[in-house]
Amino acid sequence: MSTTLTMRGEFAGELPAKPETETVPVKPVKEKTMETHANPATQAAAAAPANPFGEMLSNAMRAVLPPVLGVLLLVGIWYVATLKGGSIPGPVVVWQAAAELFADPFYNNGPNDQGIGWNVLASLERVGLGFGLAALVGIPLGFMLGRFAFLSAMINPIISLLRPVSPLAWLPIGLLVFQKADPAATWTIFICSIWPMIMNTAQGVQRVPQDYLNVARVLDLSEWKVVTKILFPAVLPYMLTGIRLSIGTAWLVIVAAEMLTGGVGIGFWVWDEWNNLKVEHIIIAIFIIGIVGLILEQALILLAKKLTKESS
Amino acid sequence: MEKFVQIENVGQTFDTKKGKFVALRDIDLTLKQGEFVALIGHSGCGKSTLLNLIAGLTKPTTGVLLCDGREIAGPGPERAVVFQNHSLLPWLTCFENIYLAVERVFSQKEGKAKLKARTQAAIELVGLAHAAHKYPHEISGGMKQRVGIARALSMEPKVLLMDEPFGALDALTRAKLQDELMKICEKTQATVVMVTHDVDEAVLLSDRIVMMTNGPAATIGEILEVNLPRPRARLELAHDPAYIDCRAAVLEFLYEKQAHVEKQAA
Repeated sequence: MSTTLTMRGEFAGELPAKPETETVPVKPVKEKTMETHANPATQAAAAAPANPFGEMLSNAMRAVLPPVLGVLLLVGIWYVATLKGGSIPGPVVVWQAAAELFADPFYNNGPNDQGIGWNVLASLERVGLGFGLAALVGIPLGFMLGRFAFLSAMINPIISLLRPVSPLAWLPIGLLVFQKADPAATWTIFICSIWPMIMNTAQGVQRVPQDYLNVARVLDLSEWKVVTKILFPAVLPYMLTGIRLSIGTAWLVIVAAEMLTGGVGIGFWVWDEWNNLKVEHIIIAIFIIGIVGLILEQALILLAKKLTKESS
Repeated sequence: MEKFVQIENVGQTFDTKKGKFVALRDIDLTLKQGEFVALIGHSGCGKSTLLNLIAGLTKPTTGVLLCDGREIAGPGPERAVVFQNHSLLPWLTCFENIYLAVERVFSQKEGKAKLKARTQAAIELVGLAHAAHKYPHEISGGMKQRVGIARALSMEPKVLLMDEPFGALDALTRAKLQDELMKICEKTQATVVMVTHDVDEAVLLSDRIVMMTNGPAATIGEILEVNLPRPRARLELAHDPAYIDCRAAVLEFLYEKQAHVEKQAA
């Protein structure tokens, strides 16, 4: 309820959360468009008082303290477990290695020896490309499957058959078709991230409340209006869930795919460091993979919240 | 127009898992232009089914429905529906919800400014100009229902179909909206079919009350003419003998002639 009067214009992003009280009385509009209302809204919102500092601090403590304790516990167990030596390096060694590694993340000594930054970026690029193509194909396909029962009955068995196949099984096909490692990895990402998007989008379309579709029928809206004004907004939350699942899978798969294809990339880097027996680097890689995956997920959750706020 | 909406020998049968289910049979009804007709009956008597048939959302198994001399082949904006649960699109503001309807009906002939003016007029008609740019989840249930009515009226429909429009509202809000609806109908001379299960509402608003027998295979039991002068005032009517007679007649139909509803349902 705090986002009264959120306009979709350029001001929407700047509106901080307002208190429950209705601060902006809307005057009746004559010929003016909606944009004119965003101005008073923004000003009033900016004038809203901030939370008292003490309250903010205690809130922050409550939010931050448990996760920090959890991480400390994990590192503690790791430290104790590796105290007596052995093949797994302890946190201190790994930390030192990480400090060294991140001191120069973007060096380039030829194709097989590049900084960690380049490796992560290379992986992200492949994921982005494969995932983007999958979205381009999967979302419209999902819409069509959801809208037309015949098509759905036609395609669903194929999806059920192909979906459980491990993405890596597609890699040889990619290698065969593209004759190169890089597009083959992208292809693998494409094929593994397309299913959740098709299925979630189709499900979203099927679950659009009948009420909204009745509105569309009574108003006799054109198919274009039905898609843009009713289906798309109603399906958006499902679609975003599909995208989130897809990107999670894609990031899981890229590491494995790159181990097989080689070149530059975080997966390849893990394998390379294994061959060099630099176990501390493998542990660092595990952390990096985890953190990047977390950031991708959180970014999409944030995006989903921003986009679906007005439809809540 | 004596025969504005004609319902001739209409029956509706649904295919269910248990076989055929006859919801409606032998419905014959004619509406005059500008008439306010209430459909009343116990739950499950098919009053909403009949409304959906007039709306064109479903097709009759037998018989034919005509509106303004043309067969009703499907839903269309000339028969606007006010849904029981308002059915506003949550991602559009009240203004945009109405604009969507206005745009559909008038955009071929009129410019944007005119369309916006129409939307504004509709929202002012239901007294919600101050909430025009709020989203449905930011306003109360009564306000949502008013937006739903404004959306339906904005299309200047030939017939306004209302499916228990005030059923989900509290008694005070309901009374207020009934009064507003009476004023609006007087102003716009709308032809209205309203499904209700509220006897007072039916008598207060209608020119005729169509009372339906219990389902399955429901049909029209009796039709009551409500010969009360307009404008009607709720308070004065409470002691009006004609009003009391009408009310008694409907109650008698519902609770004496069609009283066995619980037994049948069980």
